[in-house]
Amino acid sequence: MVIRLLKLAGSFLATVLVSTVVVFLLLRVMPGDPATVALGIEATPEQLAAWRAEHGVDAPLVVQYVEWLGGLLTGNFGVSYVTGQDITPVIADRLQVTLILVGLAMVLAIVVAVPLGTLAAMRQGHPSGSVISGVSQIGVAVPSFLVGMLLIVFFAIELGWFPAGGWAPPSDPEFLQHVTLPVIALGTVQASILTRYVRSAVLEIQREDFLRTARSKGLTANLALVRHGLRNAGIPVLTVVGVQMAGLLVGAVVVERVFTIPGLGSYLVDSVGNRDLLAVQAIVVVLVVSIVLINFLVDLAYTLLDPRIRRAA
Amino acid sequence: MSLLVTPAERADAPQAETPVPRSPDPARPRPRRRTPNAQLVVGAVLIAAIAAMALVSVFWTPYDPTHAVAADRLQHPSAAHPMGTDRYGRDVLSGIMAGAQITLLVGTVSVLIGAAIGVPFGILAGMRPKRLGPVIMGGSDVVMAFPGLLLAIVFGAVFGGGTLSAMIALGIGSAPAFARVARSGTLQVMSMDYIFAARAANRPGLSIAVRHVLPNISGMLIVQCSVNFAIAVLAEAGLSFLGLGTLPPTPSWGRMLLDSQQFLATNAYLAVFPGAAIAIAVLGFNLLGDGLRDRFDPKMRTR
Repeated sequence: MVIRLLKLAGSFLATVLVSTVVVFLLLRVMPGDPATVALGIEATPEQLAAWRAEHGVDAPLVVQYVEWLGGLLTGNFGVSYVTGQDITPVIADRLQVTLILVGLAMVLAIVVAVPLGTLAAMRQGHPSGSVISGVSQIGVAVPSFLVGMLLIVFFAIELGWFPAGGWAPPSDPEFLQHVTLPVIALGTVQASILTRYVRSAVLEIQREDFLRTARSKGLTANLALVRHGLRNAGIPVLTVVGVQMAGLLVGAVVVERVFTIPGLGSYLVDSVGNRDLLAVQAIVVVLVVSIVLINFLVDLAYTLLDPRIRRAA
Repeated sequence: MSLLVTPAERADAPQAETPVPRSPDPARPRPRRRTPNAQLVVGAVLIAAIAAMALVSVFWTPYDPTHAVAADRLQHPSAAHPMGTDRYGRDVLSGIMAGAQITLLVGTVSVLIGAAIGVPFGILAGMRPKRLGPVIMGGSDVVMAFPGLLLAIVFGAVFGGGTLSAMIALGIGSAPAFARVARSGTLQVMSMDYIFAARAANRPGLSIAVRHVLPNISGMLIVQCSVNFAIAVLAEAGLSFLGLGTLPPTPSWGRMLLDSQQFLATNAYLAVFPGAAIAIAVLGFNLLGDGLRDRFDPKMRTR
């Protein structure tokens, strides 16, 4: 058990480290000299050289990487060459917005998908089970930004119940108004995906021997499932929730765009447009490390929840 | 006497007057009645429709999809323009037909790239599970930290966007999924008797991989191709919607959705038709994948 946990932690750290190297190298090949971007094309070679020396971009790559990594570890992403802004507070703000969106969307998805998916599995072959499966199949296929646009048409333009875009922080009384439609747009698509996984996890579990035993000692099929099945079906479902959250961190960007929400993904796309190398690097590293972290937490939960893995280790 | 003795031929077989249901021989499953699989059929039909549309659009579209006609701006659907016209007076139906080309191109190329990278590594990881396997899968974990959409956005920064960089990014992003499927399939296959036989006959690893492993995991891989095709279609639409995918004037469904945004209040059809096209393509490939999985994976059958 302890050995397995240490192994997990070790591979987590190794993945993070290698990912930072990849991000660093990937962004180094970005065309466009940051000095020229910062000073403009009229800058003299001497000015450019002075700027490079000042910002340390003339140092060997290894030195630059170590300095950059040191900055990451202390939470200092540097100052944008393009906007002159300190990057760290901007990222913190934007990340908070995206995390709120993703978190609420996943809560919505779980609340909808767990009962629906279970129902679809229990009613397999029954019309209501097929309807749930069919609707979820369609829900998976619709892009979340299209759902967002349609929600805007009906609930913002036609009915005027919600604003068509913009953002307010959770402390603001307008927060609920602004967050509702984007969360529904993200959440319904994720709920459809999750419903399908819950359904197949429950179907899988129903074939297990321990459920047959539970039924044979007199529990009804439903009661056996509730008492013994759902907890076991939860383990694969948890993995899917982790994968979905990791995907949404980046995937939310399209919905952020539809509702003009200042999330991390929007910041990334804007920084790409501005050729803001340092900001892009910082955002990508934050996203990638978050994704690795989520995957690690899922592995950890797996180890802790599943007695077979727990004892084997 | 034949080596293959069916239970009925055996001397000790029950000599009942009414036919006794034979216990199925696990090594030779009874020929299953192949009922047409609804998901497979619907999925195939949807994709065939999209492919036909793409093919036709190469030779003919009702109007030139990139030709702007100022007098025909923002016309609602009519007999002349069944799906209306956009803000430049371009025919939406023609754009949707031509957009199918990009959708299928991006899907096909990115799936091929993902499979070409992921499958060999996955098989290798499965055939060398002790030393090399963990290293390969560790590398796969690193790539997995970069989702296709993120890679595509970053590639947009590095290489200036466009269809090619999107295809490469989505392909690389899907490689870990292929590697995982190939590895787990290979691990199963490697414990089979025919692999022991091939090893005993001193066949080289490459030959075993190509002649014994690959054919036996191809079903799973085809399912993965279909699933990843759907993911790529959605991702390409998302990228074009962000303005980082296919560059105008090449028609693409995601870009049409982006352009429709300002006209949602008055011309919602501009979003509905390309949106429906994306949904149909994704639905088609997901159904196809599910249908194929039913056919290839006995564990998932009877769903």
